[in-house]
Amino acid sequence: MANSSCSDVKVLGAWPSPFVTRVRIALNIKSVKYEFLEEALGSKSQLLLQSNPVYKKIPVLIHGGKPISESLIIVQYIDEVWSSGPSILPSDPYDRAIERFWAAYVDDKIFPSMKLINTAQGEEKAAIVEQVTEGLVLLEEAFQKSSKGKAFFGGDRIGFLDIAFGSMLGWLRAIEKMGGVKLLDEAKTPGLVQWAESLCADGAVKGIIPDTEKLVEFAKILVKMKGVPLGKN
Amino acid sequence: MAEVKLFRTWSSTFALRIVWALEVKGIEYDMIYEDLSNKSSMLLQYNPVYKKVPVLLHKGKPISESFVILEYIEETWTSKTPSLLPGDPYQRAMARFWAKFGDDKILPLIWEAFIKQGKDQEEALIAAHENLKYLEVELRGKKFLGGETVGFADLTFGWLANLVSVFEEVAGVTLIDHEKFPLLLTWMKNFMDAPKIRETWPPRDKLINKYRALRETLIAKEPK
Repeated sequence: MANSSCSDVKVLGAWPSPFVTRVRIALNIKSVKYEFLEEALGSKSQLLLQSNPVYKKIPVLIHGGKPISESLIIVQYIDEVWSSGPSILPSDPYDRAIERFWAAYVDDKIFPSMKLINTAQGEEKAAIVEQVTEGLVLLEEAFQKSSKGKAFFGGDRIGFLDIAFGSMLGWLRAIEKMGGVKLLDEAKTPGLVQWAESLCADGAVKGIIPDTEKLVEFAKILVKMKGVPLGKN
Repeated sequence: MAEVKLFRTWSSTFALRIVWALEVKGIEYDMIYEDLSNKSSMLLQYNPVYKKVPVLLHKGKPISESFVILEYIEETWTSKTPSLLPGDPYQRAMARFWAKFGDDKILPLIWEAFIKQGKDQEEALIAAHENLKYLEVELRGKKFLGGETVGFADLTFGWLANLVSVFEEVAGVTLIDHEKFPLLLTWMKNFMDAPKIRETWPPRDKLINKYRALRETLIAKEPK
């Protein structure tokens, strides 16, 4: 399974989506070449509807004609198929459980709350920001335990939780900017501040996480298009 | 004293998944029943983030979240059969996909259909059926979602076999009918009767009472 031709692996996605970012980082870690098929904003291609009829959402990985959906499931698939490349999940079952737990926490708690910051105001906004910051402090603790003094949750190399959480950094920065709030800061989450820098500089990640400015502009376009800001899609 | 402990409640469908996994694989474990209105200090210590069941404690190390626990069991007791996940990565991805789909779509929609009334209930039921259609198709030619034996996705959908008839009796509505979903109903029966699984069902009359009381409370809270 080491060498697959580019056409063998396709990713249906869109550049702003952090879930798509996860898949691209994972493929980069494994040095897998793929064809990126960008979905146009506001419409869903026939291929997408065919490949993910249940959710009709990106990302979808199509490997040898077979589609896989749901970003974290795709990342695990990539790890298992291209097993000769660097491992994404650690080998110890308990360490794997910890990473899976926190990855689910990012999806269930952190990201949904982050999106709400955009549309909230006054006291409600302050409460949500507090909620997110508390969640990030928990992730900071998890980072200290997991990294054991190294750069990433995965240790020396980027792993599953680095991908799951790191993919959110673009939007995290954009939301900080749009909302005039600080989510990751030196005082409360020093490890994560450092981690974010290391992650964004990594070869597998560079150029994949969208620019903060571009995301801010995109968020404005979303509002114009749907009359609906980021938090409500 | 087993090296595995499971924190559960008598009725938690998520904790039942773990009971099933441990039973099916023949892994020895101790059960610790929690009263969620009065959580033990142990539970709060072992699951500080969510403070919920199930929590699996293995050699003193806690794992929470049912999907995470199921994967942990599968990866730790590798010599214990049956395997919950197939060997092929694509089939594994499919099993995980269906399991997630169950919790993201089916569970909340069936729950909505159970606790609502009138038009709200009708709409929830339509949405539930739209999604259950995918499951019906997936079951073609299969005894279980995992094939011949119960697998990962079967365990996560197992609550259907347990609770749908309870919900139907309490709410007085048919949630899954055999005209539209013959394969699903067959699957529910097969799962209900599967060895190791059937011994674990919470008492039906207790479930009826619990969900009747819960439904009444929720309906009373609805704005008129």
